[in-house]
Amino acid sequence: MSAVMLEINGLKATVASDAKQEILRGLDLTVKAGEVHAIMGPNGSGKSTLAAVLAGHPAYAVTGGTVTYRGKDLLDMNPEERAREGVFLAFQYPVAIRGITNSYFLRSALNAIRKHRGQEELDPLDFLSVLEKKLKQIGWDDSFLNRAVNDGFSGGEKKRNEILQMAVLEPTLAILDETDSGLDIDALKTVAEAVNALRRPDTATVVVTHYQRLLNYIVPDRVHVLAGGRIVKSGGKELALELEDKGYDWIKPEAISA
Amino acid sequence: MTSIEAQVLQPYKYGFVTDIESEDVPLGLNEDIIRLISRKKGEPSFLLEWRLKAYRHWLTLTEPTWANIHHAPIDYQAIRYYSAPKQQKTLDSLDQVDPKLIETFDKLGIPLAEQKRLTGVAVDAVFDSVSVATTFKAELAKYGIIFCAFSDAVKNHPALIEQWLGDVVPASDNFFAALNSAVFSDGSFCYIPKGVRSPLELSTYFRINASSTGQFERTLIIADEGSYVSYLEGCSAPVRDENQLHAAVVELIALDDATIKYSTIQNWYPGDENGKGGIYNFVTKRGACRGRNSKISWTQVETGSAITWKYPGCILQGDNSIGEFYSVAVTNNYQQADTGTKMIHMGKNTRSTIVSKGISAGKGQNTYRGLVKILKGAEDARNYSQCDSMLIGDQCGAHTFPYIDVRNSSAIMEHEASTSKIGEDQIFYCKQRGLSAEDAVSLIVNGFCKEVFKELPMEFAVEAQNLLGISLEGSVG
Repeated sequence: MSAVMLEINGLKATVASDAKQEILRGLDLTVKAGEVHAIMGPNGSGKSTLAAVLAGHPAYAVTGGTVTYRGKDLLDMNPEERAREGVFLAFQYPVAIRGITNSYFLRSALNAIRKHRGQEELDPLDFLSVLEKKLKQIGWDDSFLNRAVNDGFSGGEKKRNEILQMAVLEPTLAILDETDSGLDIDALKTVAEAVNALRRPDTATVVVTHYQRLLNYIVPDRVHVLAGGRIVKSGGKELALELEDKGYDWIKPEAISA
Repeated sequence: MTSIEAQVLQPYKYGFVTDIESEDVPLGLNEDIIRLISRKKGEPSFLLEWRLKAYRHWLTLTEPTWANIHHAPIDYQAIRYYSAPKQQKTLDSLDQVDPKLIETFDKLGIPLAEQKRLTGVAVDAVFDSVSVATTFKAELAKYGIIFCAFSDAVKNHPALIEQWLGDVVPASDNFFAALNSAVFSDGSFCYIPKGVRSPLELSTYFRINASSTGQFERTLIIADEGSYVSYLEGCSAPVRDENQLHAAVVELIALDDATIKYSTIQNWYPGDENGKGGIYNFVTKRGACRGRNSKISWTQVETGSAITWKYPGCILQGDNSIGEFYSVAVTNNYQQADTGTKMIHMGKNTRSTIVSKGISAGKGQNTYRGLVKILKGAEDARNYSQCDSMLIGDQCGAHTFPYIDVRNSSAIMEHEASTSKIGEDQIFYCKQRGLSAEDAVSLIVNGFCKEVFKELPMEFAVEAQNLLGISLEGSVG
């Protein structure tokens, strides 16, 4: 029996600048170590908001509920503390930072996390060997490293870069926010393979996606349907196939009755 | 209020005052004061005449008002134009320098004592109105390089001074240059002989200490044919409620095949978070590429001063000469900067590059003002200009005034400009990777300034990055 990693109870959140705009309306979710969970749902259901709220994005205000991450109150931590505690968000729209190379950025981030864990910070040489090992593990070359962070990257390159960062930072809980959007089928496979290669029994992954396609490659243990700011249906991986087949409409009446 | 708008000022690190007895002239400005300064320095008569002429011309001028800066009127009669720490008249060695002065520069990270000196860097240390010490003088003399206090140069090399003083920035150039010409007290002088590549970085550190005192120094660098010198200036001042005036003049002359690289890290006291106090930095800097294939490169990192008004420029007179200007200017709280460059193309096949990075935070106002002028005879001239502005928060301002004046149709001109804002999204992205808000800002800003920082001498690039971090500390919550 694996340990519970993430326990969300009755989570409510609004847009920070508009308290009337409630997006999450009492969401429950439990994720155990070693598991992959897929969050699916129609546009505007709150999938990306859930990812952002878990990472502590200032654009959203939590108005109710609790989130316990490895026994700690996640909502009590600021975004950088969450990151240092092992929560990683692969952004739907990764942000560019001009003039800072990927490898410098990654080393700064890794060292911030290592410092938090009481580990020694890595100098550029040591870091390079860590990096090379990771690239090998996910089967990528080093062409990303000396380019500025996401600057001038294609959509697909940005998504791959998120996964590279995830590989290096070794999160305990990885949240992939529509990492499949904008990827062609080959890139999708590469990204999925990398995510699979990084899976460990003591880590968990939450995949937020519109489409079932990604789940052919990253096979989920649980699939949840998010609608109207709540999880309205949960099931095994076959639920994703059912959704692919029938769309979301058939769930909506259930959601209303629930 | 969003987190980005939250302002907390990091205390200015160099704001201490050195308690030292000084020799001052009375407040105010008139011909007697100028005669007094000249007499104190034991100057030859040509120089006194030059000063008086400048002063008489200054009386006919009015302060320029075209810059995008605002301040209460300056009372030029309330300023002390000369203040020098009392010490022995002639110093045979650095051991005779007042320990308090040595200690002051130590605190500023500029060790003057023999055993602690920065390797590879010769320093001229200017304290209020006088140069108190110059390191590695003898070492440089072996190469025929003259590097000394301006007043020593007046005594020991009067012919060079008479020949070149005011050659690039005439006393009549502008209001502040005229004022400086009338009352300048010291500064650095540097001559690199033919074919010599300076084995050391040369640098001058300016320190304002006395209150109610202005600092008016001149720097004159002459690079003879085929020579090379890299020169760096730094500066700081105590924290005071009053505004103090710093009106310097820098003149550079590069003869045939000579290169001068001039870097500035300007960290004058910027005033407090309410805009009280701080230095008015009204400076005229210009280099003349007199010779063929000569090159002058300005790099400046401007983080201090309440108000900055300066336009280091190049007169590209010699054929194939090159002018460069790389600038980072930061304004936080109530700081104002109106800075940029002038590139005057006169010779054939002359080239200029301008890279300006303006960063505004708090209620800071940052203006880039630049002139690129291609004269009739400047066949095949080229200019590339890039002006990037970055805004932090939504109460600051970025302004760009590029002037382009082309009189020769063979010229190729390029101008690029961008304005960006450090957004919540960028900060959040960095935080989500484990970085603190401060580290995130520092990272983003350093990336933005990278093209300029890579032009700085290695030893100072790190200092510049740290300085930038301190200047912006607290600008993002």
